[in-house]
Amino acid sequence: MARAAALASCLEAVLGSRRNANRVFEILEPLLVREEEDVLCAARTCSRLFGALLERRELFVGRLPAEEAALADNCSAEEKYKMWMRHRYNDCVRGLAGLMAHGAFQVKELSLCTLMKFVELEARYPLIKVEWKGSLTFPRELLKVVVDGLLPLNEDASLLISRFQEYMEYDDIRYFVIKAVTESIGQVMQKTKERPLPFYQQNVFSLISPINMPNKECDMVKFMAHKQAFEKMWLSFLKHKLPTGLYKKVLVILHDCILPYMNEPTLMIDFLTVAYGIGGAISLLALNGLFILIHQHNLEYPDFYKKLYSLLDPSIYHVKYRARFFHLLDLFLSSSHLPAYLVAAFIKRLSRLALTAPPEALLMVLPFICNLFRRHPACNVLVHRPNGPEDMSEDPYIMEEEEPSKSRALESCLWEVQSLQNHYHPDVAKAAAVLNQSLSEIEDDISGLLELSAYELFDKEVKKKAIDVPLEFEQVRGLFGKKNDIFAEHFTLD
Amino acid sequence: MGKTAKRKRKVSAPSTAKGPVKSAMAMVKSNPFEVKVNRQKFDILGRKTKNDVGLPGVSRSKAIKKRTQTLLKEYKEREKTNVFKDKRFGEYNSKISPEEKMIRRFALERQQNYGKKNIYNLNEDEELTHYGQSLAEIEKLNDIVDSDSDTEERGTLSAELTAAHFGGGGGLLRKKASSGQQDEEEEKPKSRKELIEEMIAKSKQEKQERQNRRESALELTEKLDNDWKEIQTLIARKAPKSERKDKEAEKPKPDEYDMIVRELGFEMKAKPSERMKTEEELAKEEQARLQKLEADRLRRMRGIDEQANKKKPSHVSADDLADGFILDKDDRRLLSYKVRLNISEFSDEEESANEDGEDVAADSHSDLESDLESEEEAAGNKEQKKHKTNEKESQNVEELDPKMELNFCFYFLVPESYETFKSLLAGRTIEQQLIILERIQKCNHPSLAVGNKAKLEKLFGFLLEYIGELATLDLPELRTIDKLVLPLYNLCQMFPEAASDSIKFILRDAAHDMEEVIEVKGRATFPGLDTLVYLKITSLLFPTSDFWHPVVTPAFIYMSQLLTKCRITTLQDVIKGLFICCLFLEYVSLSRRFVPELINFLLGVLHISLPKKQAQGYTVVHPFTPVGKNLELLLVCDKKDLESWQKQNLPLSIVTRLKETSGTEMNHIRLSCLAMCFDLIKKCAVLYESLPSFHEIMHPVRILLTQHMVVNEYPEKMQEWYNSALKELENRVKHYTPLICEKKKPVPLKQYTPKIVKVLEFGRKQGGSKKEQERRQLIQKHKRELKGAIREIRKDNQFLARMQLSEIMERDSARKRKVKELLGSLATQEGEWKAMKRKKGKS
Repeated sequence: MARAAALASCLEAVLGSRRNANRVFEILEPLLVREEEDVLCAARTCSRLFGALLERRELFVGRLPAEEAALADNCSAEEKYKMWMRHRYNDCVRGLAGLMAHGAFQVKELSLCTLMKFVELEARYPLIKVEWKGSLTFPRELLKVVVDGLLPLNEDASLLISRFQEYMEYDDIRYFVIKAVTESIGQVMQKTKERPLPFYQQNVFSLISPINMPNKECDMVKFMAHKQAFEKMWLSFLKHKLPTGLYKKVLVILHDCILPYMNEPTLMIDFLTVAYGIGGAISLLALNGLFILIHQHNLEYPDFYKKLYSLLDPSIYHVKYRARFFHLLDLFLSSSHLPAYLVAAFIKRLSRLALTAPPEALLMVLPFICNLFRRHPACNVLVHRPNGPEDMSEDPYIMEEEEPSKSRALESCLWEVQSLQNHYHPDVAKAAAVLNQSLSEIEDDISGLLELSAYELFDKEVKKKAIDVPLEFEQVRGLFGKKNDIFAEHFTLD
Repeated sequence: MGKTAKRKRKVSAPSTAKGPVKSAMAMVKSNPFEVKVNRQKFDILGRKTKNDVGLPGVSRSKAIKKRTQTLLKEYKEREKTNVFKDKRFGEYNSKISPEEKMIRRFALERQQNYGKKNIYNLNEDEELTHYGQSLAEIEKLNDIVDSDSDTEERGTLSAELTAAHFGGGGGLLRKKASSGQQDEEEEKPKSRKELIEEMIAKSKQEKQERQNRRESALELTEKLDNDWKEIQTLIARKAPKSERKDKEAEKPKPDEYDMIVRELGFEMKAKPSERMKTEEELAKEEQARLQKLEADRLRRMRGIDEQANKKKPSHVSADDLADGFILDKDDRRLLSYKVRLNISEFSDEEESANEDGEDVAADSHSDLESDLESEEEAAGNKEQKKHKTNEKESQNVEELDPKMELNFCFYFLVPESYETFKSLLAGRTIEQQLIILERIQKCNHPSLAVGNKAKLEKLFGFLLEYIGELATLDLPELRTIDKLVLPLYNLCQMFPEAASDSIKFILRDAAHDMEEVIEVKGRATFPGLDTLVYLKITSLLFPTSDFWHPVVTPAFIYMSQLLTKCRITTLQDVIKGLFICCLFLEYVSLSRRFVPELINFLLGVLHISLPKKQAQGYTVVHPFTPVGKNLELLLVCDKKDLESWQKQNLPLSIVTRLKETSGTEMNHIRLSCLAMCFDLIKKCAVLYESLPSFHEIMHPVRILLTQHMVVNEYPEKMQEWYNSALKELENRVKHYTPLICEKKKPVPLKQYTPKIVKVLEFGRKQGGSKKEQERRQLIQKHKRELKGAIREIRKDNQFLARMQLSEIMERDSARKRKVKELLGSLATQEGEWKAMKRKKGKS
């Protein structure tokens, strides 16, 4: 408390009379101390002091000469004072920037807020000399300092960044932050030489991913400028190798938050092709962006379907992105101009993989397959081959073949679906039995089934009202007392 | 031509009434000049019109004829008060033929004129007589002869009288005659007139007497009725029976024969008592019953006509029969126990002790048996013990081992809460607990009281909860659970709905918990032993082979979730997973349904028994990962442990507390798990061999077994397991037959069913309530009638005017004619006079 009182008196003295200007050092000094309380106090006082000075325009405007030179220079005492004070101000900013890497979050937050307050005041009372009309007076250097502080190399600053998000509402700050981030990425990643920096990249991502672009309608010029800066920033960010987790995150938001705001979405082709080639979940996610590029920007992707075909592996029925993937797969296979062999290969592969799928996925994929049959009646031979060779000893379909055209899917039959007619879940068995009959004309709507979860299935079954409950008629002879009880063979009741 | 035809018609009309009229109408109709066709604007199918053809000539002539008959007559008779009434007999009656009419008229005329003494009629002078009496007078008197009627008073004579007078031939008359003769003999001097007067007086007296008698009888009955009414109220209240008896006595007795016949009809016929069934028959019946149940099960398994058969399962356990009897016996004492239970424990015990004694006396041999049983238990022969306990159950004897010192009471209320239930069972041995449960069931049999059903249903829930608690103990009392399953089964048979509800409730809770954990942590853990036991119990209580079952299907989904969502981090998880695999196999053992999760899990278990960094020809799916943590969970490298391993049955208690005794033991458990896994794969292979894509399903497992497993390192026993599993996988013949769709029925041509819409005609008001419609109809009718009436009146006026005109014309012409005549006559007169004058003049 004593410290706070002392600082307050200092503040008053400095603001009150220029004679006491030297007491500024008393205020700046505690910024470098370790104690949290003191630092907070000092930062607050600094904020008030320089805020007041900025408002009074008592800081030097224009290119600041070196301190010694300024003092030696023959200018008025007023000028000298202003220069000197401007130097102190710079010291303060430097100190606060250092504090953004402080251990305590409170300190970080306060220094961030203080710096942003300075940014605001400087924007209003610029410290840059207006040399010609319309020249930029926004304190870019100061903002760059803030952004650098927000993007530490070795720790996760997502909390501070989320605090910073409120400032991103302002168009100018957003614009210059975008610029500053681009610059920062350039500088930092240059140094590391293609070695991924997980924390730094994570921080950058959490800073730039929530950016809301300005409304297109209100200001076209501003929007275009923003777009350009935005595009540049993302390209520079994605140019470098990303950690896997970050890859997924970027791909998840890519089609929604990034592609629509780019001047040249085709510039993303490289990134997406690389991601598509990685395999696994990342490939699944890259599909979405690729689809937009193919669909809206005339991207020619060689062997797209082959690649898509190779994406089908047992995990597609188990991964989190199942709904998204099948939604896209449905889109890609919705064209009726696809060759029958290709669709047949897809059908066969999907049903082969369905042999390991959980019921909620099966309930989705069986109508999916039915829809494929409806769109491509040429594939009906898979379920109806009246004059086929009897007694084949091998399934003609080659699962390991990468090329759909060579997989001989059209020579095969959907024995997998026939097997699934014996599935333990009654709904799955019914859905599989649909293929026994000739299909109706109208496609099933699978959009409601995509997001089906196992718990929903369970809930649905439990809530079904039964009219009567059949009972086991075999008399119980104990827990493991059944005839040929498997448990009795492997477990004991001890 | 026309004229002649008309005349002809007129001539023939009176002779034959209807035929020619008809033909005339037909002629008129066929005459195109007579017919007026009302042209229709549109032809409408199905509409019947009455007025499409009109006959204006006919109708006009009809109208005119009618008016001349009615209106004209009225007109002519206007201002005339006298009315001409035609009272001639049968003048307007067309039924009587004219000849008959004439005859009747004549007869009437003669009748009217008959009595009248016409002084001018000379023929009537001579009077016909009989016994000196005028015949005419007698004829007049001899009208109707009724002794009882009042006409007599008017002066007519009775039959006897007339008979006496005219000597009609009857026995009675003769008698009378004879008596008359006697009278005549005795009192000859009496004149005939006197005699008659006497007779009249006598008969009058007789008649008077009769009337009096009748009146008095009537009076008496009336009085009796009144009296009866007064008394009736009293009697009806006090002694209805006696009254009824009186009545019955009054009634004529029913025919005895009838009575006997009725009695025979209603009598219970002596039925042949059912023959005691021989054991063979009983066995046969039981077999038939089982066959029926099995057939039912198969039907449900195929899932055909799920809805069709909604018959309740009528399973009757062997226990049920004896229940009633024992219950009845206990029933009487219930009240006293209920009352005394809390008051004095002493008497309670005494009573029960007596009961014990009785029971022991009754079933001394069973006592012996239970002695034996305990010995056998000591010997620890599991199979036999099971057998024995079953026997005990089936015999349904409430035997009490004296050694047990079961001194608790016989009557139990169903506990109201789980706590009381628990305290009831706490500290008892398994046998005692079973007996308590059995008695609770019997004492509260639903047939005894209304609320018992709900109570026993609650008991099922308590029992389930108790079992769950036993399973979650540090030292799970699985043996107790093993026994408790029996009463659980019996309760379930009694109340299937309640049982299914409580098990579903437990399953829902478990699934809900897991879902919550998944939402929070992103992954789930295997549940405790209690849930596993519940799942196992589900398979005991309900048929697991059904296509859809209200309990089993959710259980299936829950187990599938367990196998796909739960992380495998410890050896316990592996054991739990394998337990669920066993459950799955048991559930589908009859229906042979395909469970992908089962194969996936077994593949995963095999995968974690391999050392890392194996080349992959297969893919493991969630929850197993090809790389990462928790691999090699089942890998055993220790040679010594490998050698010393013996296949052991895993105790279930491992699941709750894995006593980490030594590495060797752990390794042995691992190897046992692996052996179990081999066995389960073998069973799966046997189960799914009929599936068309059996090889595709088992492909990853086969690859793993043949290419990645290092079998040689395993002990021999394990190699046996391995080989038998592999054999099952490999010796299935690959056999594919192309699929053919079911032939679809030829689809009938699409036909549009007529859409029936109420036609809303323009200008016609529709809708509104019935009352409103009726009103509107009435108004419409009124309007129509009014119009018609106006038209009629107008026509009437026209007709009248025409008539008046013709009258005037006629009158005028008559006057003119008369004037002319007069003038003519005058002229002739004048002429004649002039001629005369001229003549005179001339002459």
